[in-house]
Amino acid sequence: MVSVTIDGVTVKVKKNTSILEAAKAAAVKVPTLCFLKGINALGACRICLVEVKEGGSGLQAACTLPAAEGMVISTNSKTVQEARQVNLELILSNHDKRCLSCVRNGTCELQTLCEDMGIDDVHYEGANMDRPKDTGSASIVRDPNKCILCRRCVAMCGNIQKIGAVGTTQRGFNTIIEPVFGKSLEDVPCVNCGQCIISCPVGALSERNELTSVWDAIHDETKHVVVQTAPSVRFALGEEFGMPTGEGVTGKMANALRRIGFDKVFDTDFAADLTIVEEAAELIDRVSNGGKLPMITSCSPGWVTYCEHFFPDFLDNLSSCKSPHQMMGAVIKSYYAEQFKIDPKDIFVVSVMPCTAKKYEQEREEMAVNGLRDVDAVLTTRETARMIKQANIDFVNLPEADFDKVLGESSGAGVIFGATGGVMEAALRTVADKLTGENLDDIDYECIRGIAGVKEASLTIAGMDINVAVANGTGNAKKLLESVRDGKKQYHFIEVMGCPGGCVNGGGQPIVSASKRLEFDPRVVRAKSVYSEDVNKQKRKSHLNGEIQMLYDDYLGDENGHLAHELLHTHYHQKAKYK
Amino acid sequence: MIQVDQKLMREELISFIEEQKKKKGPLMPVMQKAQELFGALTIDVQELIASELDIPMSDVYGVATFYSQFSLEPKGEHIVSVCMGTACYVKNIEKIMDKLVDVLGVEPGETTPDNKFTLEPTRCLGCCGLAPVIMVDDQVYGRLAPSDVAGIIVGY
Repeated sequence: MVSVTIDGVTVKVKKNTSILEAAKAAAVKVPTLCFLKGINALGACRICLVEVKEGGSGLQAACTLPAAEGMVISTNSKTVQEARQVNLELILSNHDKRCLSCVRNGTCELQTLCEDMGIDDVHYEGANMDRPKDTGSASIVRDPNKCILCRRCVAMCGNIQKIGAVGTTQRGFNTIIEPVFGKSLEDVPCVNCGQCIISCPVGALSERNELTSVWDAIHDETKHVVVQTAPSVRFALGEEFGMPTGEGVTGKMANALRRIGFDKVFDTDFAADLTIVEEAAELIDRVSNGGKLPMITSCSPGWVTYCEHFFPDFLDNLSSCKSPHQMMGAVIKSYYAEQFKIDPKDIFVVSVMPCTAKKYEQEREEMAVNGLRDVDAVLTTRETARMIKQANIDFVNLPEADFDKVLGESSGAGVIFGATGGVMEAALRTVADKLTGENLDDIDYECIRGIAGVKEASLTIAGMDINVAVANGTGNAKKLLESVRDGKKQYHFIEVMGCPGGCVNGGGQPIVSASKRLEFDPRVVRAKSVYSEDVNKQKRKSHLNGEIQMLYDDYLGDENGHLAHELLHTHYHQKAKYK
Repeated sequence: MIQVDQKLMREELISFIEEQKKKKGPLMPVMQKAQELFGALTIDVQELIASELDIPMSDVYGVATFYSQFSLEPKGEHIVSVCMGTACYVKNIEKIMDKLVDVLGVEPGETTPDNKFTLEPTRCLGCCGLAPVIMVDDQVYGRLAPSDVAGIIVGY
């Protein structure tokens, strides 16, 4: 431990703790812009400058300056204030300042910083970057003119996700964050996870906006517009309305969507249960009949695309199950359409997802049955909040409502799909019951919960040893698959989610600012709500979902059967990294 | 023949990378070697470097575009260097450049479609007394008028 004095307050911290963190211990707030806890600490933006009075000298970036014994720091001297002011104004001098029409208006960290630092004018009139927007990607829009070169997205994509779809290129004034050779994001191995978007402090990265097509469908009287909501959206949507992080808003969400004008409000949790029934049957089949192992989950389209780009030798290991919302779309346009005597051509399916990769997934050629797209539009949690605001709905005070029947019931297993380890746990609950032929009580697989990058467990189910592993974030998936490829590890079943923490921290979720991330980890807070909802569910196993049983009895027939395969399964193919 | 050369050069680069990987900071020397072997860091070469070093190609590309010593596209058989230094500038090198653009049919920094010439603006060539100056490979041409340009190029 070392003692440092910050603005006259002496605190003891571990040696090499950054001055930024030490300041927090001294109840001193240091402004930041490029810093993102656990992801980016570069000292690039020079906003967190502090003055070292003793134990060093000059102006230093607090995020990268290690605390040393006897250091005396001023975070608020005239020199510091002036330097920060100049640096911020220089950033602003080359920033597209049309804030009112910016997607991050109100949630922009640069905007907040200007307010906090009392910026009332920008004294530097100079050249402004004028680069085209990259709108080629199905999921992500990149606007270099709003980019402030903080490199948070670069660190996330390269260091955490181990992809490097964007990097820092050129130099000096021409420096730009972009894909290689000036390509569009669609022509490099971007997996559409959107982690760059939730890392971005400004509006340089955002999801491809699909609100217009959804509003158009709602206003089109010939269309029967059906919406479904993914498991983790309900534990984050409230944040967009100022509610506490992780607060469950299932009932309000269902009500708001109905008020917007959707004809039916269904629950993707139902489809998560359906996925589990299919996936568990597939796993049991592979294990009993010498199929390809380990079987790897396929619910996360970011992960699937990563696998197609970087691990094509594992494509046969991927479960052939479509992801839940795609299954749901296929079921809506077949089973539901038949039951309610609606022409499936008139049905417009909207998926509300915590995910940007689902926008890409929805457009994949394979995601259609008999020429009809499974899903017609995908909205992120953030877009959905915008829609609710556009509809002038008082979300916070809204009474709760239920999902609609036939595709609205869900089990606790469906709920936990939203957190890393959840798909595996949900599958194990069903696999264990099926293999033992019992209704087991011991269904909490604590060993695979939590945000560790890679989790492993060896289980004995019905006398069979089953080795499982769970990875979250593509960087961790890389590590895990390399150990399987090298023969160092053997598993029967692997779950991968493309985003760190799983869907609760998906690229389409409400953005948690860098300063809030110093206080708490949204992955942990939201996952806690997920597991508490699971415990409160009457049924906690997918195969016990009554509406699922009805779907098989009345329509699909056998699990993994002919019709199920036609509607609910898909295939994958290797992709060139660069086009 | 060219394909055989490419294959040999790739093999040489891969074995060089294997050596460099044992040391700290292998990227720069590997990129220099690749530029020496292939004449340019094309997308294929950068993809090879990235996969052999197990780093994203964006890391390679970032360095390649930061330092002017690296070139992304193969250069022509002859390099036409046009001095953009102060003395040449005041002696109207712009007009010489315009003429070269006209004669070669490429913009500064580009290579002719037949891969014969690359037109390169450069910093001071160090013979200001001869301004305005261009060099074709190692040959210096000084005190130029735009009307001299076509004759020089024809000689190659």
